[in-house]
Amino acid sequence: MTTHKENIVKKINDTGLIQDEPLIFEQGGEGRRGYSLPKWDVQKVEAKQVIPSHLLRKELTGFPQLSEVDVVRHFTRLSQWNYGVDNGFYPLGSCTMKYNPKVNEEVAKIRGFAQVHPYSPQEICQGILKLMYELENYLAEITGMDDVTLQPAAGAHGELAGLMIIRAYFRDRGERRSKILVPDTAHGTNCSSSTVASFRMVGIKSNEKGILSAKQVDEQMDDQVAAIMVTNPNTLGLFEEELGEIARIVHQRGGFVYCDGANLNALMGIVKLGDLGVDMVHLNLHKTFSTPHGGGGPGAGPLAVKKELTPFLPVPVIEKAGETYRFNFDLPKSIGKIRAFYGNFGVMLKSYAYILSMGAEGLKKVSEMAVLNANYLMKRLKDYYHLPYDWPCMHECVFTDRNQEKYHINTLDIAKRLIDYGFHPPTVYFPLVVKGALMMEPTETESKEGLDRFIETMITIAKEAEENPDLLREAPSRVKVRRLDEVLAARKPKLRWTGKNPNNQIPNRNSPSPPLNLRGGWGAL
Amino acid sequence: MEFPENLLYSEDHEWVRDEGSRATIGITDYAQNQLKDIVYVDLPEIGSEFKKGESMGVVESVKTVADIFSPVSGKVIEKNLELKDHPEWVNTSPYGKGWLLRMELKEKGELKELLSSKTYQGKISEES
Amino acid sequence: MEDYLRYLPHTKEDVREMLEAIGTKSVENLFEAIPKKFRLSKPLNLPQPLSEPDLIRHLEGIQSQPYISFLGGGAYHHFIPAVVSHLISRSEFYTAYTPYQPEVSQGTLQAIFEYQTLMCQLTGMEVSNASMYDGASSLAEAVLMAQRITGRKKILLSQSVHPEYRKVIQTYIDPDEQEIVLIPYLKGKGRTDEKAMVQCLGQDVGAVVVQNPNFFGVIEDFKNMGEKVHQTGGLLIVCFSEAVAYGILRPPGECGADIVVGEGQSFGIPVSFGGPYLGIFTTNEKYIRNMPGRLVGETVDLEGKRGFVLTLATREQHIRREKATSNICTNEGLCALMATIFLSCLGKEGLRELALMNLNKAEYAKKVVSGIRGCKIAFSAPTFNEFILKVDGDPEKVLEKLKEKRILGGLSMEKFYPELNHHLLVTVTEMNTKEEIDQWAEELEKALKSNSPIVT
Repeated sequence: MTTHKENIVKKINDTGLIQDEPLIFEQGGEGRRGYSLPKWDVQKVEAKQVIPSHLLRKELTGFPQLSEVDVVRHFTRLSQWNYGVDNGFYPLGSCTMKYNPKVNEEVAKIRGFAQVHPYSPQEICQGILKLMYELENYLAEITGMDDVTLQPAAGAHGELAGLMIIRAYFRDRGERRSKILVPDTAHGTNCSSSTVASFRMVGIKSNEKGILSAKQVDEQMDDQVAAIMVTNPNTLGLFEEELGEIARIVHQRGGFVYCDGANLNALMGIVKLGDLGVDMVHLNLHKTFSTPHGGGGPGAGPLAVKKELTPFLPVPVIEKAGETYRFNFDLPKSIGKIRAFYGNFGVMLKSYAYILSMGAEGLKKVSEMAVLNANYLMKRLKDYYHLPYDWPCMHECVFTDRNQEKYHINTLDIAKRLIDYGFHPPTVYFPLVVKGALMMEPTETESKEGLDRFIETMITIAKEAEENPDLLREAPSRVKVRRLDEVLAARKPKLRWTGKNPNNQIPNRNSPSPPLNLRGGWGAL
Repeated sequence: MEFPENLLYSEDHEWVRDEGSRATIGITDYAQNQLKDIVYVDLPEIGSEFKKGESMGVVESVKTVADIFSPVSGKVIEKNLELKDHPEWVNTSPYGKGWLLRMELKEKGELKELLSSKTYQGKISEES
Repeated sequence: MEDYLRYLPHTKEDVREMLEAIGTKSVENLFEAIPKKFRLSKPLNLPQPLSEPDLIRHLEGIQSQPYISFLGGGAYHHFIPAVVSHLISRSEFYTAYTPYQPEVSQGTLQAIFEYQTLMCQLTGMEVSNASMYDGASSLAEAVLMAQRITGRKKILLSQSVHPEYRKVIQTYIDPDEQEIVLIPYLKGKGRTDEKAMVQCLGQDVGAVVVQNPNFFGVIEDFKNMGEKVHQTGGLLIVCFSEAVAYGILRPPGECGADIVVGEGQSFGIPVSFGGPYLGIFTTNEKYIRNMPGRLVGETVDLEGKRGFVLTLATREQHIRREKATSNICTNEGLCALMATIFLSCLGKEGLRELALMNLNKAEYAKKVVSGIRGCKIAFSAPTFNEFILKVDGDPEKVLEKLKEKRILGGLSMEKFYPELNHHLLVTVTEMNTKEEIDQWAEELEKALKSNSPIVT
């Protein structure tokens, strides 16, 4: 038997349905095939007859040779080690892990969408262009903005486009503004997008209520500030109550208000960001608009702007003339393109279907139930976990591990223990303004009994922390793999299979450490 | 935790060994303890110059990055190449094998601005 | 119609009990933090909600009709095995989040590790990230990375790189700091003018950027260029938009490339009107810490079992924040999975055969069309599955005639290259049968005859 086949026969650690599964490179064998191609109806000539051999490769070294059955079993087993929204509660803060409607998956497969080439003549894509145009209008209506670009592939991509637009706006007027104000509660992408767009990030501290104060903004606002980036509701789950006043202050000195729209799930049909003074906002279709997360994408991050900024949008823009839709590439002040073609159409399609399924009434109900669920969680857990900001939240709430510190239990331990009870943990150690943060966003698609089960579990874990803390420290135990040695992974990065034996090093007995806020030096210690 | 008395300390948790016109620099036992397992150290090029307080490089653990702020002004003349394969020495031996780099001092007077072991320890207990 | 309630489980009873537990009378009270003057008094102006069957009917009604297609230029019609769409429909894959909690994400993590490995094997490089948005933005990030590494701003960019990719590079780099020198292509061969490129080299050049196969489908020979740019301390960046070509083409890693990026859409991802696609990004180990994007690494757990985790996250935005190597967060995870499954099915022999079939179909098309009066293959250098055809007459009119016969016969080049105003980019893949190619050629001939002035 070959080594590959020996490995399969000697498979280790099968535990019922959670089966062990080697890499694709560690199985299969010479001559196995899993593909079927169209028949050869033209002459088959060897590559070297057409292309000089020094430009050709010898072979695809290391590529697997598997049968279709091998492939299906492999990936089916892999899928069984994953936890998705369809498995259960997924309360990741600021990620809006809501249920992904299945009809949206179905419509994405319609041939007249999935098989259309982006360079097809526009006359034969009118339905597609109409869909995109209408989606832009819906998103503009929901956010209270004037125009939208669907080009960005993700929220961070939308942020980047937004900052490039701001940069272009000021340069067009002959102004050079170098600073962007970013709150300490901001997502990391806000900071990094600022840098990529050649701005200098200036931090603003939130006040004791956990929100931005207009007074603070006033002190830091000057003619060098191009924009302030806010998230509303912010990552503490709190509505930025002073945003109206903040917008006024920023506008007065000629700056813009950029809103990170990741948390839009709390506001649909309740308030329009445009009315609060926001000039541009990116949306996350894979959050608020129910398209699936995919294990890390694809998403889409459309950017909505007020008309002052419309001339700078990336090209092409979609225009309607009579009943005809067309692309317009002729925007002399446009920032250009941030990707090839027009955007993640396959994702847009799903969010379009979602908006058409929900309507105005449905979307408002979404926000209402999302906020109801988060407040319910907050109220029922506050007697067991420390709540740094004890007033009504929006669609997410933040706890800390302070109550459990005395048992030498931290946020990470609590999160890992939740896994043993069949839950995906909430977001941990973010936002950075709160030490040991546990950020929970239940979303509107979670039922009351689902929440109750989660609440009971969290209460049980709080008791375990007091009475039997080792259960938390050793968690998770009912899983495919226990806590992983992230130190080893970082010290000796092994980022691809090289044919050598898997790492047989002695496991690092120290638990992976929680992150500390040491950004920018030791000052935070 | 240890804070050898023959060394000088900066407020940013670096230690300095006075070697005449030169100095060896590292991070303190307190710093490595806070960072936990160090996975990578990014040190500057030999010959590069820094003013006191400027960031020279970073020390990384799995989930954190911390700047190494130059405790003195000077030029880098040597750096600990072993740390590439053994970043863990900064944890196990922060004052010995885990030293970071050696500098040629520009302004010897700056050493007076650094803290003694006792003062540094006092500062740490204040912070925690 | 309130069918949307199938996504909103709360009954009136549930809401009542929850409000009681919270201690407030109505849901509206929960929004008190929002100043009243901003609260919307009327509903959003959106269409009435559609039921599921009506939604499907509406969308089926606005879909495009099928045509025989010879379109390419960065998006390619390839066969997608049933296995791919079947496996990615498993909700444990597509409804999962980014694998930040590795104990419950080993499926995603192992699949990405396999993807990273395959990309390295494909390109001949040492490390791959877990994906970026698309080929164009990957190339822009590669340019930014090269500038960071060398500390030099100037870029020599071949004109035969995809025009949209070039535009994205221009957009990503700060206009004030941009120093992009466009290197022309040889008019006869269709390849990058190596002499011109070497002439522009200097101690100020951070990188040379070429595409292989290039936008004209022509296969570039860049090993020499790589050596020359290395001599002056710059980097060689190679990109591609047709990944299938590497079933037979020499991996750029073997020819001196420092960063190899490209579009992975050809690997099991539908053309889907331009997205979502798959940005492939590979480089060598010495540049790891400068690399954007997520990385999955192998490690062990508490019991010594092999497992996979996201690693080297200190480069990324959620830790490094304003000093991150990129701002990317959500990438194209599911698309990377599609590519991995696709390549697992095809494997060593399948990808090679697929590439060979593409090459041969295009060669057949070239042969057939060379016999048509009024047609000429514009470039003499070898091509993969795309080529530039010069036609006598207005290419738009020719395409119009073909469209009437339900054939999308090619892509007019004029808007991308004004000097190629009689030229079409023709793409042939394994999905074009011999009959279709013959039909295309026949209709092309007819269209040219009716266009051309009377010839005696």
